[in-house]
Amino acid sequence: MRTYHASDSLSSSFRDFHGDDKGPRFRFRLIVTVVLVLAAFGVLFARFFWLQILRHDYYSTRAEDNRITLVPIVPSRGTIADRNGIVLARNYSAFTLEIDPERAGNIDETIDELAELIEITDQDRRRFKKLQGEAKNFESLQLRSRLRDEEVAIIAVNRYRLPGVEIRARLFREYPLGSLAVHALGYIGREREADRAWIEERDPGGEQIGNYRGTRHIGQNGLERHYEFQLHGKAGHEELEVDRFGRAVRRLSIVPPVQGATLTLTLDVRLQEVAERAFADRRGALVAIDPSTGGILALVSMPTYDPNLFVDGIRSEEWDALNNDPDLPMYNRAIQSAYPPGSTFKPFMALAALETGKRTPQQAISDPGYFEFGGNRFRDDKAGGHGSVDMHKSIVQSCDTYYYQLANDMGIDAIANFMRPLGFGQKTGIDLENENEGVLPSPEWKKKRFRKPEQQKWFAGETISIGIGQGYNSYTPLQLALATATIANNGVMFRPHLVRYITDSRTGARTMIEPQPVRALPLKPGNIEVIRRAMVEVNKTGTGARAFAGVPYTVAGKTGTAQVYSLRGSAYSANRVKEHLRDHALYIAFAPAEDPKIALAVLVENGGFGAQSAAPIVRMVLDHYLLGQTASGPAPEDPGAVDSDAPAETGEENAPALELPAEDEASSPVEPVETASP
Amino acid sequence: MNHSPIALLAARCWRFVFQRLDLPLFLIVCLLAGIGMMSVYSATYDHNNRLFSQMGNMAFGFAVMWIVAQIPPQKLLRFAVPLYLFGLILLLCVWIFGIKVKGATRWLDIGIARVQPSELMKIAAPLMLAWFFHHFQERLSARHFLIAFILLAIPFLMIARQPDLGTAILVGAAGFYVIFFAGLSWRALFGMIALVAASMPLVWTYLLKDFQRRRLLTLLDPTSDPLNSGFHIIQSTIAVGSGGMHGKGWLAGTQTHLEFIPEKHTDFIFAVFSEEWGLVGNSVLLIVYFLLIGRCLMIAAETPSFFGRILAASIALTFFTCVFVNMGMVTGILPVVGIPLPFMSYGGTALLVFFCALGILMSIRTHPGRLHN
Repeated sequence: MRTYHASDSLSSSFRDFHGDDKGPRFRFRLIVTVVLVLAAFGVLFARFFWLQILRHDYYSTRAEDNRITLVPIVPSRGTIADRNGIVLARNYSAFTLEIDPERAGNIDETIDELAELIEITDQDRRRFKKLQGEAKNFESLQLRSRLRDEEVAIIAVNRYRLPGVEIRARLFREYPLGSLAVHALGYIGREREADRAWIEERDPGGEQIGNYRGTRHIGQNGLERHYEFQLHGKAGHEELEVDRFGRAVRRLSIVPPVQGATLTLTLDVRLQEVAERAFADRRGALVAIDPSTGGILALVSMPTYDPNLFVDGIRSEEWDALNNDPDLPMYNRAIQSAYPPGSTFKPFMALAALETGKRTPQQAISDPGYFEFGGNRFRDDKAGGHGSVDMHKSIVQSCDTYYYQLANDMGIDAIANFMRPLGFGQKTGIDLENENEGVLPSPEWKKKRFRKPEQQKWFAGETISIGIGQGYNSYTPLQLALATATIANNGVMFRPHLVRYITDSRTGARTMIEPQPVRALPLKPGNIEVIRRAMVEVNKTGTGARAFAGVPYTVAGKTGTAQVYSLRGSAYSANRVKEHLRDHALYIAFAPAEDPKIALAVLVENGGFGAQSAAPIVRMVLDHYLLGQTASGPAPEDPGAVDSDAPAETGEENAPALELPAEDEASSPVEPVETASP
Repeated sequence: MNHSPIALLAARCWRFVFQRLDLPLFLIVCLLAGIGMMSVYSATYDHNNRLFSQMGNMAFGFAVMWIVAQIPPQKLLRFAVPLYLFGLILLLCVWIFGIKVKGATRWLDIGIARVQPSELMKIAAPLMLAWFFHHFQERLSARHFLIAFILLAIPFLMIARQPDLGTAILVGAAGFYVIFFAGLSWRALFGMIALVAASMPLVWTYLLKDFQRRRLLTLLDPTSDPLNSGFHIIQSTIAVGSGGMHGKGWLAGTQTHLEFIPEKHTDFIFAVFSEEWGLVGNSVLLIVYFLLIGRCLMIAAETPSFFGRILAASIALTFFTCVFVNMGMVTGILPVVGIPLPFMSYGGTALLVFFCALGILMSIRTHPGRLHN
């Protein structure tokens, strides 16, 4: 039966298993097999050992990384209240509709489906697309905010078929008083690239970067910007266990966020309201300071805008409207815009004369109605002149000739050296962003300002109009108010500030923004008294007499008018140009004169001369602050006010010019705009 | 002796149930089934629990094993050719009428359910070859081995082109082991290994589908494609590695329960087990599988009939192949192919085939006597 094919190379010889004679060969193969199986299992074991013992730490970490994500919890932003506790900025909770692009699949389809359920405007879609472009990873993006309850319910019911769609409760910023004090408050807006750079610049230690990981809104202007880090608070975080799809399964730990600090301002919102109302639809600025602390009581820049527009991302049409408004509502005139001070400069010039010994109070000049210098006549606005004028009269009647002469006698260096410590031409250090430093004219300044050698030289003739606050003089209303407050406070200057104290949200501890004396000017009390008396007289018999008729308190003041010459880049229609060529009205004041509680500077753009439109505003503000009387309606213009302090024509002299910031320059509200120009 | 009727009845029952079962094998499989169900439970309890469904599969599997074990090998021999032909016809039907799911045509819709004929071939092909060698055992020549290879190649290629690499490999391996134990000469064996190695580039270029090539490439460097085909390997490797010495504990595997492991209750069940039981658990599992394979090989060694020996040894090695390829895949040393872990992976059909194979082994073990043509 058995055949043996010796030549058969394919088959071995143990074919017959009828007997066990060939069994050993089969068994040999089995043994080989067992060895191979053992070897293979050895390989597997070696692999297990490698993964589970030698590389265990690495894979453990990987598994933990897989499983745990840190989700930042954005702290609730600190609130802002005025000195009496009236809330100016707060937060409210609202539901937002958000889409997580990672999980949503086709986003456009999802949005279309949502649009069938609730209202989704084109604006919402556009904004969402924009967010998508800016989005960081693993972030859900807002499609709609402030959902109504029934909208929340509709979405909740349909959520199962809308993957990646979430309803979240988020905090929104709210400015309950609307546009009131907006230029002091600023606003918050969606964080942009530039804001990240700003954070890094302000925070070289890099401590804030992590703190801002989940933050989407950041202060864009005003106090909201200046105190951004204090208001923001400290972010907390949640350690979440997530599954493969990024869904949170459970919370492992939580470090709660610390709410931002509360700012309590020196600002008196009721006073602010009165001041803004006094302006009505006029453009301009008002800064009121408590002279003994430097605390800002009111900071007005008109026109205003509603900061609530920015909270949820401003609509493009609204943004365009604000930006293209020829009245530049976004522009903080109180600190960003510099104007020639006009005749409000005269008390400071007079004080300079007394302090430098160039004049005594009694020294009088004979005013022929003009001052002649180098063949040019610098005219007083009163034809025929004021007659014999001493210092007192020069302030009360706002005599130009007196100051032409004085400026000429003092020389530009002496003027600049006296004015600099009063804060003219320097940033005051107020707790706001983008402060303009203005221009304190001096030969050094001119050298820096101009490039051509023939323009760099200071001409003696240029000094003369400096004396009446024209020429290159250019100061912010804040600088003017600060200088006034310094005089009112007998030469002790405090850093102007809007925040009185900062309250830590956790401990309740208050950090006072103590009155910080910047410097005490060594002014002789007698000299200040001369100025004070003259300024009080201004409101009794002088240029401010009509506005302050019957006032029960003593008020020191000075009217001023600044010429408007050039209107570069302005887009006003022809019949408005006329109005915009009108002079700016100015007024500085402090009261009560013998124990000043408030010092202020007012500027009304194109308001004509100071007594006409600025003085009535001051009257309203002072009446409210000192008497508690609140007039209804705006401050009246006084058409009968005597124009006694308008500057005369200044011959061929370089004309002082306030240039309204050209539109292109002012397109961003946060860019300081240079206003001085040759 | 106790002659009480109850004891007698009990003894008879015991005999009826266990007469044709191999007790060691039965116990080992019970152990594996238990471990398997624990893992399936862990993999699925929090979402779409498959435990009870798997228990049903197990019960059905044990029943099939018992029934198959009752069939004497002589009868099994008679099934070989018709089963093989039936399988081929079904594969042909799949080729023509098959349902395409996820790019692969593996299923036949027979009205009440979908069947996967390739699963049948896992049993039919080695059975056929064992019958073939047994039938010609008296005069085996090179020609017979060639024919055997052709008999194996037909279903292998038909399954591979579906494509279903995992099943094709198992069918091919099962058949090849029969040929090996039937006496393929060592020279021919090594010659073939050399030939296969040499033809790899051709297989790579013409035979493998795109996704199969990708799987092989990701094996070399899983990080090259971490979000797609590399994801499975990376995540299952993390699961195994993070298990450490003692594991994270039953039901406590984070990779498992946070759904980082793909196919966690089927092909990747070992990742679940390994994460939760650690190296200790893995070692125990390796030992149990070694006992299973060893017991099968022992049965092969002690079986006098040619048919029984080669079939038993082939089944043993097929179990081994499944275990090795599956664990190698899960731990990232072998490419991802759809081969289940015997008695642990969830899935009715695969389980049925394994139990069927066990039944055949038990039949071979418990039916003494030689077989004649």
